Amino acid sequence: MDQKQYNLLDREVQPPYIYPDYKSTVLRAPTKPLVLLKHSLAELSGPVFGDFVLGDLDHDLTKNSVKNGNPIGERIVVHGRVLNELGQPIPDTLIEIWQANAAGRYVHKVDQHHAPLDPNFLGTGRCRSDKNGHYKFYTIKPGAYPWGNHPNAWRPNHIHFSLFGANITNRLVTQMYFPGDPLLQYDPIFLGVPPQGRDLLISKFDLDITEESFALGYRFDFILRGYKSTPFETL
Amino acid sequence: MKYKQTPSQTVGPYFAYGLTPEQYGYDFRSLVTNELVSPLDQQSIRITGRVFDGASLPITDAMIEMWQGDNGQPLFGRCGTGTDPQHRFIFYTVKPSPRSGQAPFLTLIIFMRGQLIHTYTRLYFDDEADLNAQDMVLNQVPAERRSTLIARKIDGGYTLDIYMQGDRETVFFDV
Repeated sequence: MDQKQYNLLDREVQPPYIYPDYKSTVLRAPTKPLVLLKHSLAELSGPVFGDFVLGDLDHDLTKNSVKNGNPIGERIVVHGRVLNELGQPIPDTLIEIWQANAAGRYVHKVDQHHAPLDPNFLGTGRCRSDKNGHYKFYTIKPGAYPWGNHPNAWRPNHIHFSLFGANITNRLVTQMYFPGDPLLQYDPIFLGVPPQGRDLLISKFDLDITEESFALGYRFDFILRGYKSTPFETL
Repeated sequence: MKYKQTPSQTVGPYFAYGLTPEQYGYDFRSLVTNELVSPLDQQSIRITGRVFDGASLPITDAMIEMWQGDNGQPLFGRCGTGTDPQHRFIFYTVKPSPRSGQAPFLTLIIFMRGQLIHTYTRLYFDDEADLNAQDMVLNQVPAERRSTLIARKIDGGYTLDIYMQGDRETVFFDV
């Protein structure tokens, strides 16, 4: 039987539930202590996300919703690895992607930012890590945009990700930022992460993956929660 | 640990065209829907509920995931609270069978703008009183809060509202 003991969330790098500078947390986060759940296989079992069939262009946001031309903006390629806390690659991880367009506008009906939509850019896609945990996708660098959290509030450039590991403990929803963005120091969503964790959310410019005359490259690794010790077999 | 966990960030208000595109009418194929099983399945039950914030208002931009790991095949579904007129989540699934003394339950993971990190809860069934009374996890929960996890049987299925805060604050788990 599988005796894996999964790690808890690492509170040194994970954000708290309530972070008052990010105003929406105040009425939407639990206030009572969480109940610690001892893991068993029944709790942990999850679907096998490696089985999902992805579309041919799901990994290329510059092509997957083209109507009458190419999307406007700076073409980029983002790559990296999905690893556990021991540094072991996690293959077959589904990575879902969504983001604003180059002007900082989301296709979402709720987004009323006065910036143009791009008829050739939906801003969503997905890919899967390969047997070495590696993933790669193409997109347009997202723009910054204003939001209503506080006066003159702007979100830094970012890409949203949703990842599934082997079970419910590995579930990760996060955002990737870009190096040198001056808005990071003012963004309460980014700053909600404790200082030790913040660099983990900033991608690195990568000249090796940059494609000549085509796209700038960025590297971003995902580290999913792992388990404490080597799993062992019992009868 | 050799590597630090990637920190969580909020799903934000604009997840729908990426994570639940078909439900919200976007031109992108959904990998998963709110149908863990077909509603036409004879065994299917409908699970509904709303999510309330600390001001007792229904949350209109939450996304709920439902996970269940039995019946021989793990099941998974997703539903946003932004398309139903009453801002309900609605799932079609089968009631899990009890296993080794545990009461049947569904795992719910809740994501929304205003949560830097998602929350985990469970849905138990009010017509399983005997199994619920001996369930190890339910017994870890303070007695006066257990009812926040127990769905009520209604016509065609079960319903459970989730309260993020307040007197009726739902029990959330550290998994």
